[in-house]
Amino acid sequence: MTPSKQITFSRRSFLKSSVLASGGMIIGFNLFNACKADVEPPVDISQLNFNDFNAFIKISDEGKVTIFSPNPEIGQGVKTSMPMLIAEELDVAWEDVYVQQGVLDNKNYQRQVAGGSQSIRHGWLPLRQTGATAKQMLINAAAAKWGVDASECSAKQGVITNATGETLGYGDVVKEAASLEVPEDVKLKDPKDFTIIGKGKGNVDIDKIITGKPLFGLDYKEEGMQYASVLRPPAFGQKLESFDDTATKGVSGVTDVIRFGDKIAVLANTTWAAMKGKNALKANWEQDSEAENTAFHDEKLFEILDSKELKTLRSDGNVEDAFANADEVLERTYESPFLPHNCMEPMNFFANVTADKIHLVGPIQTPAGTAKRVARMLERDESDISLEMTRMGGGFGRRLYGDFAMEAAEISNLAKQPIKVVFSREDDMSAGIYRPATKYRFKAAIKNGALTGYQMRQASINGNMWGAMASFFPAGAVSNYKIDVGNYRSNITTGAWRAPYTNFLASAEQSFFDEVAEALGIDRIQLHMDLLDNAKRNTDANIDYSPERLQGVIKLAVEKSNWGKTNEGVYQGFSVYYCHNTHVAEIADIRLDNGNPVVEKVTVAVDCGVVVNPLGALNQIKGGVLDGIGHSMYSDFSFKDGTPQSNNFDSYQLIRMGQTPKVDVHFVESDMDPTGLGEPTLPPVGAAVANAIYKATGKRLYKQPYMSNMPLEKVIG
Amino acid sequence: MPTFNLKINKKSHTVETDMDTPLLWVLRDQIDLVGTKFGCGIGQCGACTVHVNGTAMRSCLLQVSQAEGMGITTIEGLSENGDHPVQEAWKEVDVPQCGYCQAGQIMTASAFLNNNPTPNDSEIRNAMHGNICRCAAYNSIEEAVKVASKKLS
Repeated sequence: MTPSKQITFSRRSFLKSSVLASGGMIIGFNLFNACKADVEPPVDISQLNFNDFNAFIKISDEGKVTIFSPNPEIGQGVKTSMPMLIAEELDVAWEDVYVQQGVLDNKNYQRQVAGGSQSIRHGWLPLRQTGATAKQMLINAAAAKWGVDASECSAKQGVITNATGETLGYGDVVKEAASLEVPEDVKLKDPKDFTIIGKGKGNVDIDKIITGKPLFGLDYKEEGMQYASVLRPPAFGQKLESFDDTATKGVSGVTDVIRFGDKIAVLANTTWAAMKGKNALKANWEQDSEAENTAFHDEKLFEILDSKELKTLRSDGNVEDAFANADEVLERTYESPFLPHNCMEPMNFFANVTADKIHLVGPIQTPAGTAKRVARMLERDESDISLEMTRMGGGFGRRLYGDFAMEAAEISNLAKQPIKVVFSREDDMSAGIYRPATKYRFKAAIKNGALTGYQMRQASINGNMWGAMASFFPAGAVSNYKIDVGNYRSNITTGAWRAPYTNFLASAEQSFFDEVAEALGIDRIQLHMDLLDNAKRNTDANIDYSPERLQGVIKLAVEKSNWGKTNEGVYQGFSVYYCHNTHVAEIADIRLDNGNPVVEKVTVAVDCGVVVNPLGALNQIKGGVLDGIGHSMYSDFSFKDGTPQSNNFDSYQLIRMGQTPKVDVHFVESDMDPTGLGEPTLPPVGAAVANAIYKATGKRLYKQPYMSNMPLEKVIG
Repeated sequence: MPTFNLKINKKSHTVETDMDTPLLWVLRDQIDLVGTKFGCGIGQCGACTVHVNGTAMRSCLLQVSQAEGMGITTIEGLSENGDHPVQEAWKEVDVPQCGYCQAGQIMTASAFLNNNPTPNDSEIRNAMHGNICRCAAYNSIEEAVKVASKKLS
């Protein structure tokens, strides 16, 4: 990164700056051209718009600054970190900044999406430019007032100073600034002058969260609104034949029962009455397509792994020859179940569909795409729709899909009144869009003590591979290399789940490398460093990771974890992975307690470039690691005749405090542009744990959750 | 429908609802105290934790008829100005990620520390084990309970 950059804005990138009737000014920059996505997005979902976005700054006459955070907040911290980028370059005291969630605004914001750990990476330059441009306009206004040249003035902490030492606050010149021309080029700060970026800033909603103020979709209310509880087909592959709502209509508080498609909505004046009314419905379902079982999925996925008709995503050299000529061929298969997202705040959405407008409010990761789909479904003009984003009680990918918002709009349209759809936990877990069940088969050719061939085959329900991943490690490090994929098309809905595509792949791959190192008789760390040296030498190879940065995180994790020098009874497992543009190495320390593995500590080394908000970054990293441990060790999800076999936390386990290790985080010092942290620390940790368990017990783990193939105590709260 | 007299955050409320209505939904839908969260409805996640006569309880399992006559405290009534030592500790440690479960975590921690102001590590982990945090902010929750314990003692 060049320390300071001259940025040139084209005139058409300017949107507006205007004096507000209520006092102060608002500056909006359309940064449509400033932030083109130069890589294929890691989340391949049609409604994701990975173009660009912009931001608004509002400055009051008193000099208070409101920054509208454009991207949805799902707990990944962007409502704090994105405004930090603007405030840094605007040069105001963080204490004077008030952050407000922007509403869906297709014209002025772009890429209002939370997903793929991309918000900070894409926002890094444009958001800083927005702040820097506003600062320059304020300086220009002050200079004009003083009758001096702007170059003689400077601004810091919301105060502009001229050569003679006179000062003006931002609030003193906002009106003048708003009517000025937008400067063509502005200078960004040298990172060593940062006063906000790189300093830990607490969550901007903290006071509301700790005092229980309404913030989330579930908290949203409007006068006259009815609550809607929806009965959906109990099994995938079923549709509604008929129903009897006599008992439902007898439940006090129930106001209406509405069938829409294969679902039935019960409307009531409280959530409880709506849920009770739904439970009182008697519905008859008929089989429409295959009633699938987990055993059936296993059979289909193994058939795919054994078949010769997979799609090849990448093939370097000739793996078949490498296997034929090998001294030893190592082949292992790894299995993972479907996973529901289980956001703590169950899915919900408010809709008020009237003849002249459609008002939607709720927690959604993809507001623009959802508004479009609602317009299409109701055959309405998109301009009829206003959508407000609330804070989200978790996303993890589930809120990329607007199915619950579509339901709300459809019900409100039929009921002709404002309604809010509320999922129960059972609804949330059984009408899911799950992480697909997937199996990976790895094959390694070993000849003369070296890894000469590497093949990975994937069999997944509905697909779980993104093309560019074939260029992740060890692409470029092994000369004969091949990635093949095959999918079974199921009627069970699947989709993105935190760290889509890699969340299990990393565990499987990094467990396999542990066995490869063992077969080669090489130290695990050495094997990786050697392979990464190969990748560095192989400069022609098309790879989507940095071998140098992977080596950097490996060295840091090894150093900080005391790798190989632990106390008696502590066993360590190693894992390293690159995804979502961030490089991560993790080392798990485990101990056996009555034969059961207890994860005591995970040492994490992260290279995410500049750390924008260290507090938020630590939260994301630690959360990702513990989430990864929980789901790889404990969380299981199966189907019988199309029906999920778990639907609440008494039959589905999420990790709890008593099962959590300490997460010890270390950053590689870097002045590279920042990359995201919402996802990349989750995928590798399963392997770090599995490799440590192997050292402790001699047992290799091939199937997640690990609890299913070893005596781990199941703990329910 | 029957009516019930409830004492919530030191104020009296009269609500009309079926007797089997969980306190959770009375708080959220009828009294507009939405800080108490719905997570599972079966007492497994702790998001709906409130204090009933000082004891942490799951409001999704407590029927309104059972809550009559009890002194109920919700997150909104834990302190006048959001400055209960546990709330302050949560802020100091910057615990929340999505923030949804935190009211329940704070209510569990405050009732626990009220009975045991100087707990050891395993007592903290046991006390907080019933509250799920899907963002897995557990390291921070644990630290915040310790910070709150120091403030209280």
